[in-house]
Amino acid sequence: MLGESSSPEDVAELRSRLGLDRPLLEQYGTFLRDAIRGDLGRSLRTSQPVTTAILERMPATIELAAAAMLAAVGFAIPLGIAAAVWRGTSIDHAATTVSLLGISIPNFWLGPLLAIVFSIELGWLPVSGRGTWANLVLPAVSLGAALAAILARMTRATLLEELREPYVIAARARGASRVRAVVRHAFRNSLIPVITLIGLQFGAVLTGAVITETIFSWPGIGRLLIQSIGFRDYPLVQGCILLIAVTYVAMNLVTDLLYGLVDPRIRYE
Amino acid sequence: MARQSAEGAKAAGPRNGIMSRIGAAIVFITVLAALIGPSLAPFDPSAQLLAQRLDGPSGTHWFGLDELGRDIFARVLAGARISLLVGVVVVSISSSVGTLLGSIAGYFGGRIDEAISRVIDILLAFPGLLLAIALVAVLGPSLANVVFALSLIGWVGYARLVRGQVLRAREFEFVQAARALGATTPRILAQHIIPTALPAVTVQATLGMGGAILAEAALSFLGLGVQPPTPSWGTMLNGGRTHLLDAPHLTIFPGLAIAALVLGFNFLGDGLRDALDPVTRQKRLS
Repeated sequence: MLGESSSPEDVAELRSRLGLDRPLLEQYGTFLRDAIRGDLGRSLRTSQPVTTAILERMPATIELAAAAMLAAVGFAIPLGIAAAVWRGTSIDHAATTVSLLGISIPNFWLGPLLAIVFSIELGWLPVSGRGTWANLVLPAVSLGAALAAILARMTRATLLEELREPYVIAARARGASRVRAVVRHAFRNSLIPVITLIGLQFGAVLTGAVITETIFSWPGIGRLLIQSIGFRDYPLVQGCILLIAVTYVAMNLVTDLLYGLVDPRIRYE
Repeated sequence: MARQSAEGAKAAGPRNGIMSRIGAAIVFITVLAALIGPSLAPFDPSAQLLAQRLDGPSGTHWFGLDELGRDIFARVLAGARISLLVGVVVVSISSSVGTLLGSIAGYFGGRIDEAISRVIDILLAFPGLLLAIALVAVLGPSLANVVFALSLIGWVGYARLVRGQVLRAREFEFVQAARALGATTPRILAQHIIPTALPAVTVQATLGMGGAILAEAALSFLGLGVQPPTPSWGTMLNGGRTHLLDAPHLTIFPGLAIAALVLGFNFLGDGLRDALDPVTRQKRLS
């Protein structure tokens, strides 16, 4: 930080200012105490408080993650239902193939591919940046694709399990069509594993956002993280990672609490 | 054993059999390409033909040339070595460590189990790739650090899996018989208990190969993994990012290689699971 030719006094002064001369355990204690108060230190590069820098970038990441998850849910659940209703038909095979591709294509390849097709060849959407709805489409689709793929598979599998349950067979015996049996009866009960999966996959979406934001120059936490690593701006790196981790853990808790809403048999005392 | 898996594959249905065969073929071709490809390739992966930089695919240069005029086909072949190397090393380390710690936790129970399970819980409460990014950010980007970071997060999955299997196997009669006959604890674990967990570990390891290759590519893409000029598929994709407009082939071919190999390991892993796991086999039949 001071350069090669700095005097030993300057080095000592900086070390004591950053607290690097104190025992590790004490440094950690100070960090924890400050972190609880919302003070994550200052950026080594810009001297801006880390909390401010992160809060500035947060809306962009929330917007991207929410759009990706909405797109994934909106696409995958109908696809999974269709695959389960018309099991074994070409619709089912097509849905299964699409979701297998979605799982295997990494988002750091899908993103650039989408950009080549829709921005460069067709010129429909902007390549990078944030601002309009058009900017959001490609990042959200490339981030949501993997989640959509897993979700469609899961929806299909759990629906097929439910379809074997007596209450569904009873509904069918009373004359309900296969579509009605799935949509009205089995679907609600297949929601628990689906919700669990969405909750668990939120971590993957957040980590994926690091990559997606880098591809599309999306000004969120993920891009901030990668830029800070490049600048060796450790307080900022630490802050970004801490925030992503805490959000992830919080989402897992929310998922657990949602069970009670979906399935009245589960209640927390 | 061989007959058992053949029957399993048949029982799992023809469609699944085809999928796992496609997977096996992709993996086999990639391994072959990684082993002998670079010595057969007509171009050196680091030789630069600057006059023809960014040239598209042609009869001479099948995948075209990159931003420094290097043959992309040769670099994809060389990149296969890096990907498979990372996959094999990460999976070997994490499956051995995971199996060992998981079986110790499951077999002994009590405080040892508590301690190991808490570490597992803590690591699982964190998105894996993010932890790898954090580790590499601190340690500095290099191939060795990528392998270290991925192994450090990778063993957890195996440990949890093996712990569950061991908890079940501990109560089997043949294990109690071995104990009654005076077999030592290491012998019981190695000879009787761990083998019951091996099919599940094999499936996990196959899927884990795909996961490790994907994670390495992601880290290298972010500039946190294998450093240039070493040809890694992720690094190549990163290089292609600035040339999306004028040279999309820089992005298309390395990405295709990653997707195909990961798909191959996923197909193979799914096929193995169905062949080795009687529960999913029955479900598929019904």
